[in-house]
Amino acid sequence: MIMKTNFRTYYLYLILFFLAGVIIIPLYVSVMGGFKHTGELRTNSLGLPIDWKFENYTSLLANSDFWLFLWNSTVYAVGTTFFVVLFASMTAFVFAHVKFAANKFLYNYFLLGLMFPFATAILPLFLRVRDFGLLGTSWAVIIPQIAFGLGFSIILFRGFFRQMPKEIFEAAVCDGCSYTQFYFRFTLPLSTPILATVSVITLTGSWNNYLLPLIMINDESLYSWPMGIMVFRGEYFTDWGKILAYVSLTLVPAVVFFFTLQKYIVAGLTGGAVKE
Amino acid sequence: MRSAKFDALLSRYYTIIIFLIPALTIFTLFVVLPIGEAAYYSFFRWNGYGAPEKFVGLKNYEFLFKNRVFIMSLKNNFYIIAISLFVQLPFALLIALMISDKLRGAAFFRTVFFLPFILAEIVTALIWAYIYDGNYGLVAAIWGFFGAEAPFILGDKDWALLAILIVIFWKFFGIHMMIYIAGLQAISKEVLEAAKVDGAGPITTAFRIKIPMLIPTIKLSVFLSLLGSLQLFDIIMPLTGGGPSNVTHSMVSYLYYFGVMRMKVGFGSAVGVVIFLICLFIAIGYQRTLMRDDNENKF
Repeated sequence: MIMKTNFRTYYLYLILFFLAGVIIIPLYVSVMGGFKHTGELRTNSLGLPIDWKFENYTSLLANSDFWLFLWNSTVYAVGTTFFVVLFASMTAFVFAHVKFAANKFLYNYFLLGLMFPFATAILPLFLRVRDFGLLGTSWAVIIPQIAFGLGFSIILFRGFFRQMPKEIFEAAVCDGCSYTQFYFRFTLPLSTPILATVSVITLTGSWNNYLLPLIMINDESLYSWPMGIMVFRGEYFTDWGKILAYVSLTLVPAVVFFFTLQKYIVAGLTGGAVKE
Repeated sequence: MRSAKFDALLSRYYTIIIFLIPALTIFTLFVVLPIGEAAYYSFFRWNGYGAPEKFVGLKNYEFLFKNRVFIMSLKNNFYIIAISLFVQLPFALLIALMISDKLRGAAFFRTVFFLPFILAEIVTALIWAYIYDGNYGLVAAIWGFFGAEAPFILGDKDWALLAILIVIFWKFFGIHMMIYIAGLQAISKEVLEAAKVDGAGPITTAFRIKIPMLIPTIKLSVFLSLLGSLQLFDIIMPLTGGGPSNVTHSMVSYLYYFGVMRMKVGFGSAVGVVIFLICLFIAIGYQRTLMRDDNENKF
């Protein structure tokens, strides 16, 4: 019996470690590739660099465009997240606490938006942004991202607000507390977990977004980092050392971010989904 | 004198209006209306300047379904869906079952397998563009090890799509695994204990208890996977950009190259509408099966 279990566990680990290798090796060779000379990439793609070349990394870190693109992406991500959290939580608050005739209808209206593929809207969206005179500003990216981020965030907020004990709400209203006061004084301070979850999802979504900025942004001074990396790739087509250095420099913050906020990311992606 | 009740009522309406207006306005202007406009513009030949005047009826759609490249992109999207549903999801489920038990190092494997999902799609695709490179990449090293001349996988009509499918698999199986693990953790311990007492082994438990109880979760991951597959774009761009000879386009990359880049608003919108209709079709199907099950569960 014990023999059999050991045997099974052995194969289990064999599969799991093999799979872990398939995941990690591409990441590892990319980070190391940034330290290699072009010739060495050809002859030694798996091993550690024999002759460490730091120039790919250092020249990027000294490149002002690199920092500019990261800064632009930060502006897009922070701007989007701030407004998504504010507007979605306000809306969800009304859906969760205020009884009125169109409540269910309006909630479904936002839900419906989740079914709308972003791609369908791109061309009209571009024209709208252009006609509003927003092209050439950060709002061209931020506003559409807010619009498309609202639906899912409202679902997450509403679910959380509804689970808050009704007694607090009734007691506060009896004491003459208005809805607005209640929202700011009780709802928001008691909702840190869901605020964190929605923020993290929105931040990463915006940070990694490629298609929307690609359509909206023409001006190179407003490029997001995914656009920057693609331009860079176009410039140094087969100079993989340089490209891998760029890739690695964006990879490391993502991994660090993930490990610090893993709890909220997973909660947002799975918890919100599984509860449905 | 105003009564307290009147004040409360006033406060309620005030709240509804002030709290709802920002989200409703932005959502309507930038999500709902553009979808409707796409449907309208798709009947015109229009470059986006002035008002759409050249009404062409269904010509855009007609052209679309006669266009070899679009049909190819449609097919590619269905390959992506097929691989996701019939290979990726069962695999993710298998791994979730393997590491959800009290396995040593479960947390480590969970994190590693989930790691690709958090990378930007652009970055993922660039990493793999390097791996696949026939001169410098891992593929070159592996072929070189056997003394063979490495192929340029991404430049090969027959292999490029498969290469993209592998990247999609690599990047996305982790999120589905995570969703399944969350679902498995929600199964009550008593049920599993009872099964154990009755002498059910791990495989019996998996097929008789865990998977049946996981059906709602599986349906959700199927749904997410379908919608995600239909909107694939970022991964295609750095890998092949739709090439070689336009054989690896997805519908969205087709829309980008042939609609957006050439500012063909009418034609591009027609592509968008087709994508929308497929999504809608799937969403309705999803709602139906879900609701039917809910009714069954009541008895």
